[in-house]
Amino acid sequence: MNTRLRMITDAIVWALSSVFLLVLLATSAEAAAPLDGASAWREECSSCHIAFPPRLLPAASWQALLGGLDKHFGVDASTDPAHGAAISQYLAAHAGPATKSPAASPPLRITTQGWFVHEHDELAPSVWARPAVRSRANCSACHAGAERGQFDEDSVRIPK
Amino acid sequence: MKGILPALLLAACTAPAALAGSAAPLLAALEADASRQVGAPVSGSPSRGDTFFHTRRAEWSCSSCHTADPRQTGRHVITGKNIRPMAPAVNPDRFVDRAKTDKWFRRNCQDVLGRPCSLQEQADVVAYLASL
Ligand code: HEC
Ligand code: HEC
Ligand code: HEC
Repeated sequence: MNTRLRMITDAIVWALSSVFLLVLLATSAEAAAPLDGASAWREECSSCHIAFPPRLLPAASWQALLGGLDKHFGVDASTDPAHGAAISQYLAAHAGPATKSPAASPPLRITTQGWFVHEHDELAPSVWARPAVRSRANCSACHAGAERGQFDEDSVRIPK
Repeated sequence: MKGILPALLLAACTAPAALAGSAAPLLAALEADASRQVGAPVSGSPSRGDTFFHTRRAEWSCSSCHTADPRQTGRHVITGKNIRPMAPAVNPDRFVDRAKTDKWFRRNCQDVLGRPCSLQEQADVVAYLASL
């Protein structure tokens, strides 16, 4: 093999192995870093519905919900233990005040809470059934800022 | 060294995964895992994936949430939330992160079929979606 070609192949091999090593380092660093609770929560809890703001349920409710993610309102929402632990910490730290429910059976829905029913008591049942709404939990159908945790009256728009 | 590079290129070009655009590496990885599992070469079949995707099981099919035309925006059948299109041709973020793809196959196959999808079925579905 002529020396020039040899040098080129050597350079290629060097370049490739450096890239390989860098990738290896980067991925192992990623695996070792602890998960950030807020991003784990957003990543795992906002695919099927908006990420419901932690303040809307007490800590006991979040804990109960996280304990049953494999059977979550008719779907499998299970996550790996690392994400589960990070989300659990995040929700506990930002949860709303405790309700009067007995500790053993905390409420699992926001939409059955007294305050929710009260705030929405002007809405006819037929409004909830509209195709564009479909579910009471579909907050963003009517609250433009729901994804950002904003539910003020000014931004409410009920779809036809 | 000299012989390896062309051989690799040739292998990459002849594999069916090469037609799958941005989803090609993930499809190739699924096919490799499926082949290892069954001990024979496996490639994803777009037509089998098509049938699988649209077949209604106990309650739902994959298209219940991902729409019958996976190039369109889907909608979650319970919550009403929009789901971005599944076809990589219109949504290049699809099938580029194996951990994400694995997670959703695990969850959604359980919901729709009541069991995990085999690697062959997963390769079929990805081959179908990437063919659109
Ligand atoms: C795989 C889909 C999926 C994922 C992922 C998911 N959920 Fe849900 N969730 C649902 C469905 C379906 C419902 C029922 C919605 C309805 O009745 O309209 C629901 C309902 C809820 C409700 C009750 C809403 C109400 O009616 O007040 C809460 C609270 C909730 N989810 C929290 C979470 C949290 C926390 C996470 C993340 C750890 C999460 N969800 C992840 C599918 C999911
Ligand atoms: C069908 C439309 C619709 C849906 C879906 C809906 N809301 Fe509302 N929401 C309203 C209307 C209408 C009001 C009353 C606004 C007013 O008082 O003028 C309201 C009021 C509220 C208020 C009180 C706001 C204030 O400033 O007084 C909160 C908080 C709220 N909603 C949260 C939610 C959450 C959380 C969800 C989802 C779990 C949700 N809403 C789903 C229509 C909806
Ligand atoms: C009940 C609703 C629902 C059904 C039914 C459903 N999916 Fe999904 N699927 C989702 C949601 C929600 C996501 C995550 C949101 C997103 O990625 O945009 C998702 C994401 C996925 C992904 C991740 C793709 C990627 O980006 O890598 C795959 C794979 C998938 N689904 C496959 C299937 C298959 C196969 C079926 C049928 C066996 C199916 N789904 C049925 C709701 C559903």
